[in-house]
This record gives sequence, structure tokens and C-alpha cells, in this order.
Amino acid sequence: MWRVGAVLALHDETATARTITLTVPGWPDHLAGQHVDVRLTAADGYSAVRSYSIASAPNHENRVEITVERLPNGEVSPYLTQQVAVSDRLELRGPIGSWFVWRVQQTEPVQLVAGGSGIVPLMAMVRSRASASSAAPFRLLYSVREPAAALYRDELQALASRDASVSLSYAYTRATPPGWTRPPGRIDAALIAGTTWPASLGPTCYVCGPTSFVENAASLLTACGHRPDRIRTERFGPTGERK
Amino acid sequence: MNSDDYLDGNSAAGELGRIFTIDVTAAEGQCASCGATRRFAEARVYMQGPGLVVRCAACEHVLLRLVNAPHHVWLDMRGMTYLRFDAPEVEVPATGTETARTEH
Repeated sequence: MWRVGAVLALHDETATARTITLTVPGWPDHLAGQHVDVRLTAADGYSAVRSYSIASAPNHENRVEITVERLPNGEVSPYLTQQVAVSDRLELRGPIGSWFVWRVQQTEPVQLVAGGSGIVPLMAMVRSRASASSAAPFRLLYSVREPAAALYRDELQALASRDASVSLSYAYTRATPPGWTRPPGRIDAALIAGTTWPASLGPTCYVCGPTSFVENAASLLTACGHRPDRIRTERFGPTGERK
Repeated sequence: MNSDDYLDGNSAAGELGRIFTIDVTAAEGQCASCGATRRFAEARVYMQGPGLVVRCAACEHVLLRLVNAPHHVWLDMRGMTYLRFDAPEVEVPATGTETARTEH
């Protein structure tokens, strides 16, 4: 069932990523980690559907935020990141998914591992935790190309600095900030061992990013002793434009 | 098959939500070929073709195919022995009362 949402606000997160805040009458609220399908229909009737993770915490206010990364040859993301305007209308289907979700009733430690814009559904979990005043201990390992590509940096920093139960680690794959000790590179076993919850604490792990990132991170977590059924993954790629 | 060409069961949930009233991502399915049981969210989804193909994450056997034709939707699930859903929370209306719901 498709609902029509109106664009309330636009916010540029980075040079290529934009957050779109929508108000969707009748929205049945969502859980952190869920996604929506967005349908765009051209004047000639041609339509394209893409999936986007929800960035906002559940709010009971019919409000949904998505953060969209512009893909160079994307069919939908250039429109959403460059042309859409406040009060424009978009068709949405959702919220979708009941597996890759974090519920405020969960109290166990949570390990989040994000690659690039795979941070979006994990940010919804961090926001959901904060808005529910949950005490669940959260750790986030966030891998990005370069410092300027990181989404939500200030908000994450603010949340981590006022709550000792939220900790934040970055990994840079192409360029690091000045003075950063770890050379640019993919997440590896040493980084997982040094920055994430040990498997003995029984955390639930949520891993989101491009398919190759997710495969790599999930196998590193498994090698560190995390049980496969404690690792929940969500992959995106150019086809689905899931961001 | 290039390992980067697939998504996962989460990405198929919107389309399958047109057919199933319960979300499929948390459902457990068994592969008819290798017998692996996994959550549907963990399956591999290929969307490059005219339809949607879901493969077993363990053995790559085709679990499900979905094709949208102009007047029909084709759903082939013979690659799965079963799909087990959590029982939905069914609202049982009290006898003699009519419940009207506009949203689900």
C-alpha cells in the first residue's frame, strides 16, 4: 500500500548525501532499522522504486527521515539529492522489515558496524536508544572513505560525549584525519578486536553497508567468536540504491 | 557469479509485502536443496533481471522467484521446503461487534 508523503525539510549531510524529512499522513510509525520503498513516477507513467533506510527514531508524529547518497549513475538518487523541494510529494511504502531492527525493549549490549551510508539504519537505532532513554550499551564502528564523507558526525559525537554507554570508533579507507595512527584501510581483525564488544558479552551485532563490506565485517565478527545468529546484516548496492 | 551483485532478503520485503500480510524478513525458511535453515533476511537477492530471484546464502540454490507481468504476478517458491512465520498477533473482535479499520 502506497502512501503519499510531503517533504517537510531538506538537509545536506555531506557533499553527496541529503536528508529528506517527510510527513506521511497515516504512517504506522516504524522501528529503528526498518526501510521504506520510495516510488517516483514520471509524466509518461514510467516509475522507479528504490529502498531507503529510515534514519529517524520512531516518533508517533507521522514523520520519516531518509538520508540519500547520490550515486553517479543512479536513476533516482540524483533526483532525491538535487531536485526534490520542500512540499514536493513522494510515494512511500512501508515501514518494511522485522529482522534488521532494534527494539527499545532490548537491554543487551549492541555492536553496530557501518560501512559508508550503511550508517543510516544504525543511526536510527542510536537515535531510538536516546529518545527512549535506553541504557543498553552501544558501540559503533563506522568505516568511511574519508573524514568528510562521515554522516551525522556532530550528532554522534554529542551523543557519545554525554553518555558513557555509547562509544564511537571510526575507520578510514582512503584518507585519514591529520595525526590518525591507523593507516587507511578496510576494517580488519585487529580493529574488530580493539574497538568492538567481545563475543563473551553476547552482544547483538548489526552490520550494514555495501555487500562486500558486510561479507568482510560479518566474517571478522564470526572469527572473533560471535555466533552467526547474533549477527544481523543488511546489504545495499547500486541496484536497490538502498542508502 | 560476482559476490557484489546481490542484496539480501531485506530488499525483497517491500515487493513480497504486496503478497504476504506478514513481513517475511524474520521468517525462517528451509532450502529444498541443502536443507539449511536461515532467516529470509539472510538470503541473497538478485534484482538485475526482469524479476526478483532469491537464493540460499549457503548453497546458492534458487529459493524463490517473483515476476511482475502486466496483468499477473508469478511467484515460484518450490526452492523452499517451508517458510515459518511467527504467529501474528490476531485481534479477535468481541462477538457481535463490528470493527472498522482503515489502516493496517
